[in-house]
Amino acid sequence: MADNKFAAYICSGCGIGDVLNVGALEKIAQKEGKMAIVKNHPFLCNAEGVQLIKDDIANEGVTHLCIAACSRRAKAEAFSFPTVAVSRANLREGVLWVIAEGADHDEVRQEMAEDYVRMGCAEVKKMTLPGGNLKESSSKRILVVGGGMSGMTAALAAADAGYETVVVEKSGELGGFANKLLKRVPFSGPYAEPQPTGAANMTARVSHHPLIKVHLNSTLAETAGAPGRFNAKIAQESGAVAEELVGAIVQATGFTTYDIAKLPELGGGQANVVDQAGLEAMAKAANGGAIKRADGKEVKSVVFVQCAGQRDASGVHLPYCSGHCCATSIKQAMYFKDQNPDVDTVVIYQDLRVPGMGEDFYRSAQQKGVIFTKGKAGRVTGGDNCKVEFRDLILDEDTSAEADLVVLATGQVPSAGVNLDDWTATVTAAESGDETAKAKKIELQKTSVLNLTYRQGPDVPQFKYGFADSHFICFPYETRRTGIYAAGPVRRPMDMLQAQEDATGAALKAIQAVENAARGRAAHPRAWDLSFPKARLEGCTQCKRCTVECPFGAIDEDEKRFPLFNEERCRRCGTCMGACPVRVISFENYSCDTVGSQIKAVNIPDEFEEKPRILILACENDAYPALDMAGIQRITYSAYVRAIPVRCLGSVNTIWITDALNSGYDGVMMMGCKKGDDYQCHFVKGSEMAHYRMSKIGDTLKQLGLEPERVQTQEVAITDNARVARLIDEYVAQINEIGLSPMKGFG
Amino acid sequence: MTTANQNALAKYKNNFLKEVEANVEDGHWVKMCMQCGVCAGSCPLGPHWEHSPQKLFMMIRAGKREEVLGSDSMWMCTSCYNCIVRCPRKLPITHIMHGLANYAHRLDLAPKGQPTRDIAKLFWDNLAKTGRVNELKFSLAMYFKDGFGQGVKNAMAMQATGLGLLKAKRLNPMEIIGGHKCKDISGIKKMIAKAREIEDRRRGLA
Repeated sequence: MADNKFAAYICSGCGIGDVLNVGALEKIAQKEGKMAIVKNHPFLCNAEGVQLIKDDIANEGVTHLCIAACSRRAKAEAFSFPTVAVSRANLREGVLWVIAEGADHDEVRQEMAEDYVRMGCAEVKKMTLPGGNLKESSSKRILVVGGGMSGMTAALAAADAGYETVVVEKSGELGGFANKLLKRVPFSGPYAEPQPTGAANMTARVSHHPLIKVHLNSTLAETAGAPGRFNAKIAQESGAVAEELVGAIVQATGFTTYDIAKLPELGGGQANVVDQAGLEAMAKAANGGAIKRADGKEVKSVVFVQCAGQRDASGVHLPYCSGHCCATSIKQAMYFKDQNPDVDTVVIYQDLRVPGMGEDFYRSAQQKGVIFTKGKAGRVTGGDNCKVEFRDLILDEDTSAEADLVVLATGQVPSAGVNLDDWTATVTAAESGDETAKAKKIELQKTSVLNLTYRQGPDVPQFKYGFADSHFICFPYETRRTGIYAAGPVRRPMDMLQAQEDATGAALKAIQAVENAARGRAAHPRAWDLSFPKARLEGCTQCKRCTVECPFGAIDEDEKRFPLFNEERCRRCGTCMGACPVRVISFENYSCDTVGSQIKAVNIPDEFEEKPRILILACENDAYPALDMAGIQRITYSAYVRAIPVRCLGSVNTIWITDALNSGYDGVMMMGCKKGDDYQCHFVKGSEMAHYRMSKIGDTLKQLGLEPERVQTQEVAITDNARVARLIDEYVAQINEIGLSPMKGFG
Repeated sequence: MTTANQNALAKYKNNFLKEVEANVEDGHWVKMCMQCGVCAGSCPLGPHWEHSPQKLFMMIRAGKREEVLGSDSMWMCTSCYNCIVRCPRKLPITHIMHGLANYAHRLDLAPKGQPTRDIAKLFWDNLAKTGRVNELKFSLAMYFKDGFGQGVKNAMAMQATGLGLLKAKRLNPMEIIGGHKCKDISGIKKMIAKAREIEDRRRGLA
């Protein structure tokens, strides 16, 4: 390529020049790296150093540059050259700060630095500057599914920020569950009294907002497209279908209450045993007067049974705590006490959980004379004189309480639509001709909320217990469908205040999504990224692994059954690239070649030198920062490792492992985020996929005549800086014990 | 059964919590307990009580009147104030314990022969007589509270201490006859009677 001009810049600042032989590094970049321009500078990230690079780009026509200085995570602003491809060789955090001081280590330290320069030069030669994915028109409208408190909050937040918003509500009015409530728990000091729900005010604001369009009695018949270009078909009551072009979606479809009929042992279905929603209806009917039972009798005593059908270890009912019900029962007990202090109100609880400032609300109820009894209800009998048998957990005895009315605090069941695992299994069975599966598929489709036309199914993937999956710690609103954000109890059980905070966050994420889509960039966590996967379809074998494994459902199939990439849905994790057995998927700046060439660029000493070489493939989100931080804290580790950051462990293609072992590496260490139910993987499934793929690599190793220990997968958190150094040293010791690879010299 | 007890039973029926709120010193705090158990864990005498403060509060809410007032647990409180200091809900637990003990005593439901109760009674009777505590008479009354034989044994066991106190002039043997008194005994007695009248009226024990 005649137009490409490669240059390498080696920084000797931060002590690099004192410890490393920079001259030798320059020679490596020139001779082995084949860089046309090689320069060193004592302070590359200062204005003068940066200007030196800028001048070369402007005057010498440099198109690709390798900066051998600090970690790619440092000085990102100084070394930002958006018009050229840039690779970084990590001499400071990767060599200088982590290899023990002293002349004893001079040789291995220099070898390590030289390898990193070779790798940086090799990588940049395979990179091209990402062109971005700028679309001519991109919608910045936001669709909110669900018109309850979460949905209305999200709509108002987005509209107040200047974004046109469309609300789709299944029922005939806005307000959702809040409409069923007499009052809500307090959100602000002194947290002592129940407050008006505010649903009417919000409904009015939403209805009259110039930027909000509301579709009542409507559902989503079909949602097609991707961030910036979702096409939502909205089925209206009349049978008409309205089409809305939107850029992002907030799913605020809320919850339903756990069916009280499933709790016969707690009196579900019997007279004068109601759930919290039932009590709200009674309180609304009383309209400030004495609360009366269905038979017209005034309630003089009431028992609230907490955790009814919740926190159930038996596996029959909900296993989780819904979070709001303790405060809700407190509020409802106050309905009675505020009307008539002589009404006996007893709350039987196992652990009174009142998040936020609920403790003050709890205290207020105690002041009003609500009795709180720590106990576990066993059996409830309804009827004219209800009886609650329970175990008193403080006095450790079986006892009972009688009351005119029993209120069961049942939990929230998310309305997240179709369970995709169920869906996939049904579709697979239906495709093989199973008639019941075909019927079931139609039934499932009817329960779908979003009706996405995605290959991976019609709704967002669910996590435990049917809640919409999201990265709980780092990006709670991100579902596994880019541009679709879950807010409120559909995401996890919560109360109204939390739901409203949630909705505000989701609205902001939706705004980010439409803005990123309009700029042709990825969504979080690679929001700056202009690259996107490109497939060389002529090499594709239609194995479908990319379409199945993409954690974000970004890849559909075209009519010829080739993968069809929806770039706007892509998070740029590269899981498809790692999955592809024929390696036809690549990014402009990250591909099987960019990493593969780095692996091959490392100089492998022959076995008589007794210097093992261990490849580290480290997730750039957690493991690579942990390695950097080990350096910042001057925690030393072995100089025999060569670390390459990867976008996600899911992007690791097994060819890299085979290449590394074939070319004489003695071991491969992969470091990714925690997988499983409490995953920390930034791309949800990437780390899990990598672990799964590596569990299958044993056969390959056997074919090569290698020990299984030569490939190791580790879970590393961003805080593991000391541990990561220890893991490396332990692995080097282990490799030394099993001996160097017999593959050296054949690569 | 004392009349006070009969009255209380008639007035509060089964609502013992209300009875405690009305009649026990700081009793209105009982409903504020959140059952964390920090008091039970903090009490240096915890393992020796049948009912920790946490349990007593729960029993009050559960309406276990006889068991609470008949318990000897609150009599075991040494007023170390650990529970008060640690209670996250700021309940004056020590005061409530003494309040409960006092109320149980007034209704004569407190356990018979409970040493703390006996000593407290002896102390009060001694004090109320002259307006001054007669230490010699108080000690002797304590020694002999369980009968003459036991009294002699107690006195012999404490002989060395007694002689030491005599030598150091901390104990006046002449106190056995009358002893020192305050100037206006009848005034003191009137004061005590008036205080009691006010207190009883307040607690509905009159």
